[in-house]
Amino acid sequence: MTPTNMPIRLMPSRRAMLKGSAAVAAAVAVPAVLRAQGAALKVGVLLPRSGFEAGIGQDCQRGVDVAPGLLKSLGLPALTILDGDTESNVDTARARAEKLINDGAQLLVGAFDSGQSAAIAQVAEQKGIPFVINIAAAPDITEQGYKFVFRNFPTAPMILSDAFANQLELFNIVGAAPKTVVFMHVNDTFGTAMSKGINAVMPKFNIPYKIVEEIAYDPAARDLSVEVAKAKSANADALLVVSRLNDAMLLTRELVKQRWTPQAIMSMGPGWYEDQYLKTLGKLSDGPISFVPFQDPNKKVAKMLEAALAKSSPGVNLSTNHVYTFEALLIAADAYKRAGSADPKALADAIRATNITDNVSIGPGIQFNAKGQNDKLKDGAIQNRAGKLLTLAPKQAANAKPEWPMKPYQARG
Amino acid sequence: MPFDVYLNVAVAGILTGLVYGLMALGLSVIFGVVRVVNFAHGEMMTIAMYLAVVLFSHFHLDPLLMLVPIAAVLFAFGYALQAGLINPFITRPEHSQFLLLVALGLIIVNTLLIVFGPDAQSVQTSYAYDSFQIGLLIVDASKLYAGAAAILFTAALFAFFRLTLVGKAIRACADNYTGALVVGLDVKRLYALTFAVGAACVGAAGCIMTLIIDVTPMLGPTYTLLAFIIVIAGGLGSMPGALVGGILIGLTEAFAGILFTPSAKSMFAFAILVLVLLFRPQGILGKRVA
Repeated sequence: MTPTNMPIRLMPSRRAMLKGSAAVAAAVAVPAVLRAQGAALKVGVLLPRSGFEAGIGQDCQRGVDVAPGLLKSLGLPALTILDGDTESNVDTARARAEKLINDGAQLLVGAFDSGQSAAIAQVAEQKGIPFVINIAAAPDITEQGYKFVFRNFPTAPMILSDAFANQLELFNIVGAAPKTVVFMHVNDTFGTAMSKGINAVMPKFNIPYKIVEEIAYDPAARDLSVEVAKAKSANADALLVVSRLNDAMLLTRELVKQRWTPQAIMSMGPGWYEDQYLKTLGKLSDGPISFVPFQDPNKKVAKMLEAALAKSSPGVNLSTNHVYTFEALLIAADAYKRAGSADPKALADAIRATNITDNVSIGPGIQFNAKGQNDKLKDGAIQNRAGKLLTLAPKQAANAKPEWPMKPYQARG
Repeated sequence: MPFDVYLNVAVAGILTGLVYGLMALGLSVIFGVVRVVNFAHGEMMTIAMYLAVVLFSHFHLDPLLMLVPIAAVLFAFGYALQAGLINPFITRPEHSQFLLLVALGLIIVNTLLIVFGPDAQSVQTSYAYDSFQIGLLIVDASKLYAGAAAILFTAALFAFFRLTLVGKAIRACADNYTGALVVGLDVKRLYALTFAVGAACVGAAGCIMTLIIDVTPMLGPTYTLLAFIIVIAGGLGSMPGALVGGILIGLTEAFAGILFTPSAKSMFAFAILVLVLLFRPQGILGKRVA
């Protein structure tokens, strides 16, 4: 049959129609995948950029600022960051999370504070948008059966277990230990969770000291003189604290004014190792030991992060806020790369299957259990000395011996 | 608990209470004469606090040295406010006055938020970490200076009302409005002066307060409420009552923290208010109205 005598078919055959449809579908689908991998993932980063936690929120932002360059050098896709300010307020955090999702955020990261993170988690779960918590320790958040909420930060019981283990290691090194402590803590979600956790976890360790007084206070308090007077009157050897940044500075000021230098200040939360604390208080910032999730200075990516931070924020010590905020973005970029799509469910599935061993924090790496919690993280013991943060424990990450007891405030010139 | 702890806490409570008293004194003076309740009182105090912070951060001027100039600025602000904005509302219903002053408070808070942002700002004087030890007593230097400054300013205010002609005229207006008009006093001008004097009080208190606490724009409403508690507890319109109320609230907050739990300090201040309203509605030094 020659072309000239071929029957002219104006309508395509059924087979041709199917082939054509498949081709069109493929043509549409392939660019979608390419688009997903080529376009940047929109990540809403919620932090307390103002309000009483603003100092810490702004410090976390430094971890966001260095992320683009580092992610690129690790061969990970780019992220478009959408900023959100929780204003250190739970209700605002919830409203801002909704706004970021409405503005097109495909994944949320944040929010430093347990109460605010819990509120964002509810919104994320309701809207079906993955939420990677950078910093928040209240255990309840990952006990709700959420499918879109992931936390790469230890829970309060995990922090406490490691803190007590590290304390015992320190007491062995210095050959001394306090017999009594006063426990001061903020009365917010985090502080209350830590308080409950201490009572639950402490009996499991052979801790040589006794808590003789527990003092809860408002994290937004403007004057902590009565609280410190009450703590001082307990005549304890050391001070155990769970605080934030502003109140850590207020507590230190009152300790100086009321002329009380405890044998040690042992912090199991933020505040005492923050850059703003060190810079504002100068010599008065020396001495406190923080038992906190921290970076492993020997890891390759930790060194890269430290170098990037030194370049972007000269004079700022790498610490928890930068480490875990950066790692949250690392998790997002890694999951986006593997998912090959910005589809929320595909992203959530990819995050659930995360296995990053080339990371920054202490521990074997980043993996999530069925509840969305990285339960393999380890803490460090950090002491402020001359404006630097020195790692005292665990042994494999230590780079200094503890200064014990603390030098009296009045003898610091 | 050792006796010295109670002693230290009591002294700290009295010193803080004196500053509270000075702040509330302004509210009491304004209400006692003009019969307008200043619902923007705490917000006006934050203006003075920010002035002190700016003067310290830019020119290293100690808030104690800036007390009189800042009080003068607030005096002028108060005079202009009364003469230009509040005076037309004097004869209007109380809810109109309430809405006007609440709106003014909101404008102040939001303007401060726009200009200074929401974060806490402080004044770090050379004596910020100093304290004096007298036997068992340790007194915070900043609080001691703040308390002394509050006493001096209050004494000057009492002298103004007792010894000057203008002060006596203002008291005459407060005692008998019609009588003041009959004897030819310029009541409108005296009202504006009274509001200005009240604003100067809160300006001085704000300036002193920067030695004790950090300032944020959101501090205003909290201190407006605190001023109300103090004035109602001490006696609405009574100047000595405001001072007594301030010391009482300062002491209550301090002892609630030491004897119960620091988290419940504010709760006890409100408890005092409830007790006063129940058993002595006119306030501790207030006069019973027939």
